[in-house]
Amino acid sequence: MAINWFKYSAPTTFYPLAGKLIPWFAVSAAILFAAGLYIGFVVAPADATQGEFYRIIFIHVPASIISMFLYLVMAGYAALGLIFNTRLSSMMASAVAPTGALFAFISLWTGALWGKPMWGAWWVWDARMTSELILLFLYLGFIALHASIEDPRRADRAAALLAIVGSVNVPIIYFSVKWWNTLHQGSTIKYSGTSMHIAMQQAMFIMMAACWLYAIAITLMRVRSIILERERNSKWVAQLIEVKS
Amino acid sequence: MNKLTQLLILIVRRDLVLAMRRRADVLTTLIFFVMVVSLFPLGVGPEMDMLRKMAPGVLWVAALLASMLSLGRLFSADYLDGTLEQMLLAPQSLSVLVLGKMISHWMVSGLPLVLMTPVLGLQFDMSVQAIGVLMLSLLLGTPILSMVGAIGAALTLGLRGGGVLLSLLVLPLCIPVLIFGTGAVQAVSGGLSVSSHLSLLGALLVLALAFTPWVTAQALRISME
Amino acid sequence: MSLDIWMRENPLTYVWIGSYAVAFLVFAIEIFMVIHKRKITLDQLRMMREADESKEE
Repeated sequence: MAINWFKYSAPTTFYPLAGKLIPWFAVSAAILFAAGLYIGFVVAPADATQGEFYRIIFIHVPASIISMFLYLVMAGYAALGLIFNTRLSSMMASAVAPTGALFAFISLWTGALWGKPMWGAWWVWDARMTSELILLFLYLGFIALHASIEDPRRADRAAALLAIVGSVNVPIIYFSVKWWNTLHQGSTIKYSGTSMHIAMQQAMFIMMAACWLYAIAITLMRVRSIILERERNSKWVAQLIEVKS
Repeated sequence: MNKLTQLLILIVRRDLVLAMRRRADVLTTLIFFVMVVSLFPLGVGPEMDMLRKMAPGVLWVAALLASMLSLGRLFSADYLDGTLEQMLLAPQSLSVLVLGKMISHWMVSGLPLVLMTPVLGLQFDMSVQAIGVLMLSLLLGTPILSMVGAIGAALTLGLRGGGVLLSLLVLPLCIPVLIFGTGAVQAVSGGLSVSSHLSLLGALLVLALAFTPWVTAQALRISME
Repeated sequence: MSLDIWMRENPLTYVWIGSYAVAFLVFAIEIFMVIHKRKITLDQLRMMREADESKEE
C-alpha cells in the first residue's frame, strides 16, 4: 500500500491524522511502561556489585539517549523548515524542543541519584554528564530564542539556524569535554561494568520503547495545539468539530 | 578577490573609526575584564598556589563574559540607523561585510584583553612561560568568540532583553574554546607539550572563519526580513 | 550522613521515590501542560468564532 506522505505534510491533513494516532501511541507507551517496570523491578535480579541501585538505569539510559536523539530530530525538522519553507516541519521542531529538554533534565536528575550511592557524590564531572548538561543548555537556548521573537516566521527561522549551528557543535563539544575529562583524570562512569542479565536487557529495551512512544505522543499533542494556534485564521480550523461545539 | 580584500579593509577601517569615536565602550569592556579577574582572589582567598592553578580558567571565563558584553553592540548601531539594511541590499557579498565587522569587533574587544593579560597574569603569580601560552591561546581563541558570538548577535537583533538571551545562546557553543584555551596553559604548567591544544584551537579558528560569516549573514537576513 | 545510611537500608525506596517518581511526575506535569495548552487554544478559537458570528449577524 503506497501512502502519499506529502499529503500528510500539510497541517490540514496532519492535524486529524495526529489526533487519530495519539491514543495508540499513548496507550502502547503506558502498557510498555508497566511491562518495563515489572520486568525491571520484579523479574530482573539485583546486580552483583551495584545492588538495587542499578535499577535507575532503566529510566536513566533511555532518557539520555532520547534527549540526544530528539535534538537531532529537532534540528532535522528545523533544517527542513528553513530550507523547504514547510510550515509543519517548523511547528514540529518547536513541539519537540520542550520534550527533549525534559528528557535531558530527567537524565541529569536520575544520573545524580545514581551517582550518589555509586561514587558518593551527587554530581561528578563525567564527560557524559557534562555533555548532557550542555545539551540541556542548548535546548533552553532554542526555546528561549523561539519564545522571545514575536513574529512566528522569524522565530521559526532564527531558532532553526540556532539548532543547526548547535547540532554541528554537539560533536565538537562532546569531543572537547571528553578530552578535558581524560586530561584531568576525572571520574569515568562505566555502564557495562558487569555483564547484563537478559532480563535487564529486556527491561532496558522495553523502557526505551516506552519512552519513545511517550515522546512521540506528547509531541503530537503539542504540535496539534501549535497548528491550531498558527492556523487560527484559516477556514478549516473554524470548521473543526472541537472548535464548533 | 582583490576587490573583496579592499571591501574587507574598508569595513574594518570604518568600524574601527566608529569605535574610536566611542572610546568609552571599548574601555568598559576592558575594565569589566580586569574587574572580574580581580574579584576572584577576593572571593576565594589569597593563597598563591590555588590562584596560580585557577588563573587560566579565571582569565578565560572573564574574557568569555567580557566578549559577550560587547557583542550586543556588534550590529545594533548599524541596525538602528538603517546602515545594516543598506548593507543587506548592497551588491557586495554580505559574508565579507560580516567578516569585516567580526574582525573589527575582535580588534576592539578581544585584542585589548589579550594585551592586558600579562598584567593580570602577574596578579595570579603565573610564570612567564604560562603567561606567554595564555596570551597565545587567547589570541587564537578570542576571534572565535567574536565570530560565534556574531551569529547570536545577528539572531537576537532588535529583541527585548537581547543581551541576556545572547549569552544564553552563545556561551554553550563557546565551551570547546574554553576547554582548549585553558588546557594549553595547564599543559605548559604541567610540563607537557602545548602544541596539540593550540593546534586544535587553530583548527577551530579555521572552521569558524570558514563558516560563521556565512551563517551570520543568513541570520541577519532572517532577522531583517 | 543520615541520608547515606537511609539510602543503603532502603535502596528500592530510594530508587523509586528519587528517580521513577520524579520522572513520572515530570511526565505528568508535561501532559497536564499540553492538555491545558490545548484547552486554552480551543477556548480562544471558540471566542474568535463567536465574535465572527456576532459580527455577521
